[in-house]
Amino acid sequence: MMAKPKPSIQTAPPAIVQVKSVSKTYPGGVEALRDVSLDFRQGQLTTLLGPSGCGKTTLLKIIAGLIPASGGEVIVDGKAVTGPGPERAVVFQDFALMPWATVLRNVAFGLELRGTPRAEREAVAEKYIGEVGLKGFENRYPHELSGGMRQRVGLARALAVQAKVLLMDEPFSAVDEQTRRKFQEDLLQLVAIERKTFIFVTHSIEEAVYVSDRIVLLHPRPGRISSIVEPDIPRDGDPEKIRRNTTYIDTVEAIWQGLKQYLD
Amino acid sequence: MKIGGFRIPMAASLIVWAVLWEVVGRTGASLIIPPLSAILARMFEIVPTPSFGAALLITGKAFLLGNAISIGVGVPLGILLGRSTIADRMILPWVTMFLSAPLSALVPVIMVIFGLGQTTIVMTVVMFAVWIIVLDTRAGVQGIAPSLVEMAQSFGASRWQAFTRIYFFAALPEILSGIRLGLIRAVKGVIIGQLLVSIVGFGSLFEIYLSRFLMEHFWALLFILFALAFAINEILVWLERKVEYYASSRH
Repeated sequence: MMAKPKPSIQTAPPAIVQVKSVSKTYPGGVEALRDVSLDFRQGQLTTLLGPSGCGKTTLLKIIAGLIPASGGEVIVDGKAVTGPGPERAVVFQDFALMPWATVLRNVAFGLELRGTPRAEREAVAEKYIGEVGLKGFENRYPHELSGGMRQRVGLARALAVQAKVLLMDEPFSAVDEQTRRKFQEDLLQLVAIERKTFIFVTHSIEEAVYVSDRIVLLHPRPGRISSIVEPDIPRDGDPEKIRRNTTYIDTVEAIWQGLKQYLD
Repeated sequence: MKIGGFRIPMAASLIVWAVLWEVVGRTGASLIIPPLSAILARMFEIVPTPSFGAALLITGKAFLLGNAISIGVGVPLGILLGRSTIADRMILPWVTMFLSAPLSALVPVIMVIFGLGQTTIVMTVVMFAVWIIVLDTRAGVQGIAPSLVEMAQSFGASRWQAFTRIYFFAALPEILSGIRLGLIRAVKGVIIGQLLVSIVGFGSLFEIYLSRFLMEHFWALLFILFALAFAINEILVWLERKVEYYASSRH
């Protein structure tokens, strides 16, 4: 990695995902989101952070096109979202792998659904299996892998469809702490290499501050935006250094103080 | 179980009952119960006969065809019920009703519709087997992790792709146990059908044996059918075990 000094003032990259006064009320009357407007900039990793009940996963699923919004609209790459689309790919909290399929087929599944010829899609899948560090596991089945490795498969599957926007729903919450740290470091590298837009949902403040260019803090019940934090932490050096960076520590502390009031 | 320090396998109890049967049979207390040894000898006598072969063939045909129809109809229908609330509301009451209904009483109705022949037997098999397959498949589909369904959607799966590549495989353990229970019910169906029509397959054999009071033949045939049903069950249990790892990876 090059240790290039960051240009101090930069024109903000264009917004690839625009959320325009989106609200969501579930059947039964639970109001999950109220009038949320938000831009996600191209090539950045933006985190939706908040306590449970703040609607962060709901918002992600609306952007993914998996559930409809009750009001407002989401624009991705210039088009209004009416359902899932090839420019978006999702990484699931519980991995959502097909237990009857090998790693190779799981990773190639998005392309398989699009009708990409077998040889071609498997070549693409192999490339991304290598990229997430699972080379040699192509013909294993999910139940033969650890939780961390399974999520790497989920990540490779989302990368293989070459979407512009990656939506990650608490992707590291089901893996153990050590694996999680390694994942966070790998994710930073991935953001640098892949130049995709990442939308990341987490309830871990440390994780959010560690990986994000931008953190959107959400209020619970009903979900609204409470504030937006852009931690100014150099990410091009040693990944371990970030955890000792004073800005990192201060940002974590500031967010914690802000969120504390919502705890009972 | 342990007696006097020796481990006694469960199947040992069968030996006790077999000995008891033999003793009762030899006393000649009842004409209905011939000695077990005579029944076993009769089994080996019956099996190579052409009448047994013909009965086995025609029964096997009805059994296989009936099950093929049951699986072909039951699995897609079960998937549909598991995924569509409307279809579920419309059809589930009928499925549960037929599952618990005394189906033997319906065989005469089937006979009126399809006549005295193989078609009636096949339809009886379907009537016995299909409902449990529908119900188990439905349960399997409803048990699919929601994230797997969302995964298929988010990667742009069409309805057909979701059915054939996700729902079917995800529900496979339940589908297989439904098929296993269906096959066992189908054994009942094929025999009850043949007994009621009584001019086909094992039904006609039973009819001949009973009308001439050949109790040894009767028991021998019954034992063979028991053994066949048991073997079918065991094969399916083995198959189910091969997909057991699915269930462990569910949430």
